[in-house]
Amino acid sequence: MAPRAARGLLTGPLGLGLPGRDPPLNTADTAHNEGLSAFPRAAELQLREVSKRYDGQRAHAIRELTLTVPAGEVCVLVGPSGSGKTTAMRLINRMIELTAGDILLDGRSVLTRDPGELRREIGYVIQQIGLFPHQTVTENIATVPRLLGWERERIAARVRELLELVDLDPGEMGGRYPAQLSGGQRQRIGVARALAADPPLMLMDEPFGAIDPINRARLQDEFLRLQSRVRKTVVFVTHDIDEAIKMGDRIAILREGGVLAQYDTPQEILAHPADDFVARFVGTDRALKRLGLSTLADVELVAPNGLGTAGERVPLTMSVRDALSLLIAGGGQPLTVLDGDRGGHGEDGARSERVVGLFTLEALGGLLEHDAAGVPQAGQS
Amino acid sequence: MSPLAAGAAVSSPLAAAGPVIPNYRSASSSCVVHNHLFCTEWIAHNWSPILWPALRQHILLTAVAVALGFLIAAALALLAHRHRWIERPTIMLTTVLYTIPSLALFELLVAPVGANVLAAEIALVSYTLLILFRNIVIGLREVPAEVREAAEGMGMSRGQVLLRVELPLALPAIVAGLRIATVTIIALATIVYVVCNQGLGVPIHTALGEGPFKTELIAAGGLAILLALAADALLVGAQWLLTPWLRARGA
Repeated sequence: MAPRAARGLLTGPLGLGLPGRDPPLNTADTAHNEGLSAFPRAAELQLREVSKRYDGQRAHAIRELTLTVPAGEVCVLVGPSGSGKTTAMRLINRMIELTAGDILLDGRSVLTRDPGELRREIGYVIQQIGLFPHQTVTENIATVPRLLGWERERIAARVRELLELVDLDPGEMGGRYPAQLSGGQRQRIGVARALAADPPLMLMDEPFGAIDPINRARLQDEFLRLQSRVRKTVVFVTHDIDEAIKMGDRIAILREGGVLAQYDTPQEILAHPADDFVARFVGTDRALKRLGLSTLADVELVAPNGLGTAGERVPLTMSVRDALSLLIAGGGQPLTVLDGDRGGHGEDGARSERVVGLFTLEALGGLLEHDAAGVPQAGQS
Repeated sequence: MSPLAAGAAVSSPLAAAGPVIPNYRSASSSCVVHNHLFCTEWIAHNWSPILWPALRQHILLTAVAVALGFLIAAALALLAHRHRWIERPTIMLTTVLYTIPSLALFELLVAPVGANVLAAEIALVSYTLLILFRNIVIGLREVPAEVREAAEGMGMSRGQVLLRVELPLALPAIVAGLRIATVTIIALATIVYVVCNQGLGVPIHTALGEGPFKTELIAAGGLAILLALAADALLVGAQWLLTPWLRARGA
């Protein structure tokens, strides 16, 4: 849950108040980036009235899709099957050619670019990952750098760095073949391979779709942690609204026929769905989902007077949704909220647990009022 | 009967008395004379003049046929890989070639090209095409779609996808085709003697006309079998070396 809380700062209204974006933590690798590409590390992506109609078909797959993804943000394309979300993504790296409109990457139309050159500058991760079975992990990750003609030592250094970035031991994993890896390891290698040439944009098509739920949640958390370091512009396709809410700085909800139904922050979409379609798509439990976006730190807790430390003890970083679930399971008994949870890494290194307050249904009511009043304006900014 | 006497009898067509001993070439020994099933002395005597030249010709006939067949089949397969409509007519044509009885095909070829090595090679090459073409096409087709998509999505050109991804992954199917084609051609090459008097078929044919003496037949036929086994082992070994990822699976 820690990454979620950290991201809340960046994506919420406070993000504006930050003194510029944090410098990416992989600055140590700038030496490898000299002359790599004309792009900055992350690029703004603009879709301008993009339409796609396949030959011989009447209906559009994508219809006048316009949206802008700010540099360094994760945009999730989500929608039911037939909504053209994968098509929209594949238009960006020209795996599919658009029928009308334009797509700008860092202000430059992708239509003017050589498709091969363009794709080498866009990271690409697909659901089945598509690692090359006949190549070792090292060779797989080195694919794009080799296409770009990097020198041998530079490639070797970059591969080592990327394996460490995705928490795999270069010495142990580098020489393995994909068949010798677990599903989760393959997925990480797929992400490392896509990041190899430090692309300003990443396209990810249901990257966690084939992973079991427990590992999926772990990989999602890992990717969010990774993204907070590399700060790529990411277009992420999924059919799972929960994944969209978890992963997206912004969510583009598409309806059948490739029409954009709503494009906004997760908070805003959950609080104010644009129409019935969006409301149905995000589900009737959207209030609960919204609680999943806040942690107990966002809640005005009840002072721990006389009650002491009754009920279950939970960390401040727990999502309000999970806390509510525990509250209900405990028959309404207030939860004791502790600061400095055991597993967390306090800024000051302190591990001592301090009782912050109690979580009760009243405290929850306060959050919802506050949310309904405050968040919409922030989301609009 | 002393060996010497027998030798004299063998070397002389005039030796009409006693049992009829056909001309088993210059070599003769008690083994040859007593018509044992297998005479190593005969082999030692006839290795350089008969067996080794025949074996060498056989290897050359096979190598040329498989190599040419592979080039033609590979070119057709790459075309069919890009233009799907080419596949069916090619399969049909090569199937027809494959089903023509070999003796009939040699006979058909003698009229246009004459009774020579060229006729033999044309026939042998035509028998490799179906197997090689089908295996290369299948090997290329069975490259997983997501692997191809990832390759394209990372900016590989069509040629790069083919060379770096599709062909290596098609290798097991291609080698499987080469193994079948090679063994088939080694067997078939034993009958090209009818048009060009070359290969292990020559001593086999001679031996069949020599009555009870079996050594030459066994030696030449055995060499053909050993050659087939050796060629197959060579191809298996080559595949083992070229596909380390298949070995690593169990590790």
